Amino acid sequence: MARIESALLSLGSLNELAAQDTAIHRRDPRAKLVTTAVFIITVVSFNKYDLSGLLPFILYPIVLTSLGNVPSGEIFRKILIASPFAIFIGIFNPLLDRQILMHIGPIGISGGWLSFASILLRFALTVSVALILIATTGFEAVCLSLERMKVPRVFVTQLLFMYRYLFVLIEEALRMVRAFSLRSFNAKRVDIGVFGSLVGQLLLRTMHRAQRIHAAMLSRGFDGRIPLLRSFKADIWDAAFILFWSAFFVLARMYNIPHYLGTLFLAALP
Amino acid sequence: MSHHIIEIKDLKYTYPDGTPALAGISFRITHGESVGVVGANGAGKSTLLMHINGCMSPSEGSVRIGDYPLTKKTLPSVRGRVGMIFQDPDDQLFMPTVYDDVAFGPLNQGFPRDEVESLVVYALETVGAAHLKHRPPYKLSGGEKRAVAIATVLSMSPDILLMDEPSSGLDPKARRQLIALLKSFEHTKIIATHDLDLVLDLCERTIVLNQGWVAADGRTIEIFSNAQLLEENHLEKPLRLQGF
Repeated sequence: MARIESALLSLGSLNELAAQDTAIHRRDPRAKLVTTAVFIITVVSFNKYDLSGLLPFILYPIVLTSLGNVPSGEIFRKILIASPFAIFIGIFNPLLDRQILMHIGPIGISGGWLSFASILLRFALTVSVALILIATTGFEAVCLSLERMKVPRVFVTQLLFMYRYLFVLIEEALRMVRAFSLRSFNAKRVDIGVFGSLVGQLLLRTMHRAQRIHAAMLSRGFDGRIPLLRSFKADIWDAAFILFWSAFFVLARMYNIPHYLGTLFLAALP
Repeated sequence: MSHHIIEIKDLKYTYPDGTPALAGISFRITHGESVGVVGANGAGKSTLLMHINGCMSPSEGSVRIGDYPLTKKTLPSVRGRVGMIFQDPDDQLFMPTVYDDVAFGPLNQGFPRDEVESLVVYALETVGAAHLKHRPPYKLSGGEKRAVAIATVLSMSPDILLMDEPSSGLDPKARRQLIALLKSFEHTKIIATHDLDLVLDLCERTIVLNQGWVAADGRTIEIFSNAQLLEENHLEKPLRLQGF
């Protein structure tokens, strides 16, 4: 229980970092959004055994966390929380794909291990840049730039409301679980029937709340559009930000930079 | 100044599942009046409020706000003039920050940006919440949420304020501040509540509902000193009157 509550508290902490004023925070939200998208697309497009080619991409999250004053420990912890998903996706690769692809000294490394490591690295890279985007831009600004970039309004509204009512929903669920555990005398597990009615209750409450919120929105003239007052001003530096990083990502995607550096280094040896 | 008048004639409403909620209610509230709507749980207080700002439409009867009957066509203009403050502020504060929330109404009404800015500042200052401007709603205390919820409605400059249980969940001091705030408003007010002391403070007139009927409609002080009437409607004398 206490764990869920502290998770709830830390949920908003990332978004609060967005209130800072650093070189990264001052960039137009759209610039950061586009750059993050280019980053994710290039990282995901790598060959499944590729590991060394991904390494240069670490530069982007490192530069952003340090310039944007984002605590890297916080990002790291959040990656760990989400990591089971990535681990389950790749965990069987070493068992299924046993062909030896490379050697480190006498030890042969199979394709399965390589692709597993590649999945984990990609996961860490993409999730960290997404988290950094929120920490340096803020959830609303991300939503708003999505809207400015012609993402359908329905999705943007969904995102905004999801973030707003996530807290209310978790609190509601917490209250129900608390009420349940107070009268179940620490039963080891939740009976399936009870669980069903808990979840059902939560759904009904959520639907009722949705109706009330909708009524509140209509009373204040809601017509399908969420008006947000923010002015975005992109300048030459925003364009430079996108161009520089996108060029870097594309280059790193096309040329295996660590490989070239390695050969260069070896050639320089006497 | 006829546009602050609320006139309800023979209002009936039955829920889709067949439960009757309002069984024929009529009253007329004139400009600047402050009216308390009291009654047992399920007497129809919230349902009545929802009809006045058009969130629900009556099965029979009519609602008139000022010169307009409440119909689909007049709904937008009526909603601009009737501000509804919901029971649970979490339902009312749906935007990412306090500022966005208070600006929501005026922006939908089509005010230009700079005017919205000053309306928001004015509304927040009125309820004493200017310092909360950039906070997300989930970071506010109960009293702060209530104050901001009132600001979200004030920013639309309504003539009529509807309030559903405005003092629920507030500590005594926050409740006092709320009463002082509401007292300073010149709007026509309808307050549905179980907090009879609040009604005594704010409303010179009271309507008692009982199972969808108007059981009594008159001067607050007279109604609250009628022990038998209160008893019949699951109410009791406000604490302040109990010594007498």
